[in-house]
Amino acid sequence: MRSTLEDILLPVAAVLAALLLFGLFVLLGGLNPLDVWLLLFKGAFGDSYSWQNTLQRAAPLMLTALCVAIPARAGLVVIGGEGALVLGGLATAAMAQALSSSLALSSPLTGSILVCGAAAVAGALWVMLAGWLRQYRGINETISSLLLAYVAIGLFKHLVEGPLRDPSSLNKPSTHALSEGLRIGGMAGTDVHWGLAIGVLACLAAEFWLRLTPSGFAVRVVRGNTRAAQLVGLPASRLVLLACALGGAAAGVAGGVEVAAVHNSANAALIAGYGYAGILVAFMARHSPLAVIPVAILFGGFGAAGSLLQRRLGMPDASVLVLQGMAFVLILASEALRGRRWPGWRPTSAPAAAPLAQGQP
Amino acid sequence: MTVQFNRRDSLKSLAALGAAGTLGGWASLAQAQKPITVGVIYVGPRDDYGYNQAQAEAAAMLKKMPGVKVVEEENVPETAAVQKSMTGMIAQDGASLVFPTSFGYFDPHMLAVAAKYPDARFAHCGGMWTEGKHPKNTASYFGYIDECQYLNGVIAAYATKSNKIGFIAAKPIPQVLRNINAFTMGARSVKPGITCSVIFTGDWSMPVKEAEATNSMADQGIDVFTMHVDGPKVIVETAAKRGKFVCGYHASQAKLAPQAYLTGAEWNWLTAYTGFIEAARSGKPHPNFVRGGLKEGFVKMSAYGPAVTDPAKKAADAIKAQMMAGKFDIFKGPLKDNKGAVVVAAGKSFKQTDIELEKMNYLVEGVLGSF
Repeated sequence: MRSTLEDILLPVAAVLAALLLFGLFVLLGGLNPLDVWLLLFKGAFGDSYSWQNTLQRAAPLMLTALCVAIPARAGLVVIGGEGALVLGGLATAAMAQALSSSLALSSPLTGSILVCGAAAVAGALWVMLAGWLRQYRGINETISSLLLAYVAIGLFKHLVEGPLRDPSSLNKPSTHALSEGLRIGGMAGTDVHWGLAIGVLACLAAEFWLRLTPSGFAVRVVRGNTRAAQLVGLPASRLVLLACALGGAAAGVAGGVEVAAVHNSANAALIAGYGYAGILVAFMARHSPLAVIPVAILFGGFGAAGSLLQRRLGMPDASVLVLQGMAFVLILASEALRGRRWPGWRPTSAPAAAPLAQGQP
Repeated sequence: MTVQFNRRDSLKSLAALGAAGTLGGWASLAQAQKPITVGVIYVGPRDDYGYNQAQAEAAAMLKKMPGVKVVEEENVPETAAVQKSMTGMIAQDGASLVFPTSFGYFDPHMLAVAAKYPDARFAHCGGMWTEGKHPKNTASYFGYIDECQYLNGVIAAYATKSNKIGFIAAKPIPQVLRNINAFTMGARSVKPGITCSVIFTGDWSMPVKEAEATNSMADQGIDVFTMHVDGPKVIVETAAKRGKFVCGYHASQAKLAPQAYLTGAEWNWLTAYTGFIEAARSGKPHPNFVRGGLKEGFVKMSAYGPAVTDPAKKAADAIKAQMMAGKFDIFKGPLKDNKGAVVVAAGKSFKQTDIELEKMNYLVEGVLGSF
């Protein structure tokens, strides 16, 4: 009970502290913090338009955050989600092209599942490659996944500007546009596309898997102590590869949804840094897939509010990044307070000042 | 419908807006007083000494006009984010005219938002608005800046000692190829032996690669540089540090290297902006396809730097006068590409307005490089 309360209270307090600090920051810049706070709220969560704005920005972040969070639960620090995302987008465009030429499309839903499936497979294989290099070749997965992301972007650009290019895309090299039936639209009359639903479902499924299934539990054991996991007969390497594949699949789908719902074709605009933003989201969510959902919405809100701040107060684009950075640092720093005894928490315990003064309890 | 703003009209509208206070009785002016909110969206920072700064400078001048309110947003990626910025400007700020200024904003982003807001007007920089294909409330504007790159080439030819000049480019797309070709042809019109080396960095903003390219070209003896990247700052500074000359692009970079800066090709977007605003305020149809060069005031040259000699100025000014008179075609036959194939047959000449030129896919003779 206490730890659940702490799980919620600590990050909320950290975000509030970041907002206070940001108010001080804008005060130094000569703006009224009250105006800024009001606009931040209005831009992110003020009305239905703002909510749609926030949720749409959050959708890809949920999936790319899973690409960090799931491998992290197996003890890996994978930061190359961007690579899985761009290859997922490319696979979607390529699959769409294959489908339109074969005309074997029975229904739009099957088509959407096929193109997203292609994206998931591409992303999964790419991150699995980093996992394989770690398990069988002893290469640090943080470095390899990051560098593989650059390889993926190079591959993406080569194919989009070369073999897969639509010759009519003159000044913005792109693949052929997806046919109408394969595009993913908005949910129930809103601007928010189905990527959000996919993201939320993926987060819930990942949480369920890690928490309630034997294989999910086994993955967590591998993280806790790989040697012990092997001694009790768990296939550690295969579990690591599985975690990588699931994470990569999530990022791949993020790219696929971006292509099918936003861009209509694969082109360089897909490389917008969602994979890297996902790293922040996952770390802020402490690699809990469930917590990824609210954190991604918070980040989406930062983006939406930053847009309004620029337009209303003429603040530079970087200002909302400052707020984001403050929130990130404070949330990570608040971890140091976890498990502390607070004054008045347990009236029967020793005087509160003593353990606080000694540092770690 | 193709609408070309001519210089006289633009000047007239500028004068009208500027002199609003004194000429109250003018009928068209009364309409021009209708207040309007205009949104401008940039893909990069507003102070990049380049593409975005050129747009932002025009937006800053718009702010001074009576009855014009400007809302701006910078560093907006070409994703769903820009769709949200456009809808936000319309729904939250009440903008009735939006300028999404990056090429990638056109398709699918601006088209998607334009379909949802048929009453708002959109004017996009660089795209190819096509009758029947794109909605009437959208438009594309662009300038024939290759004219300025041609003049850059003329000035460069007088400045080079090695007869090797260099062009650092982002991507081999038609707009960029046209500039490389114009720069090379301008230089070779003065000294036919000049070669222009080109390096493609692969993307619009790659400061590290741009610096590497500048250094490696300087090592090869290239002594005059120009570029087509979003932010020319790094190239200008690196070239100046290496003791080479540089011709600017997008906006003036003279401040960054006063001694090394010869001249530059600059946008003058205010002309295009005021045309669209004028039409929107007076309820006239949205001008859908807007293009112009030096003559129409869409582009301009930076002031000559101290290193430009008098003969160079004279030669460039003579060609500029011909361009201003509409008597100069850059791309005319016989013209060969750098593999020897004829790309423009003898006797054939392309007017600047020719759409064919916006599909350019070759590098002319004298360019060292390929794509």
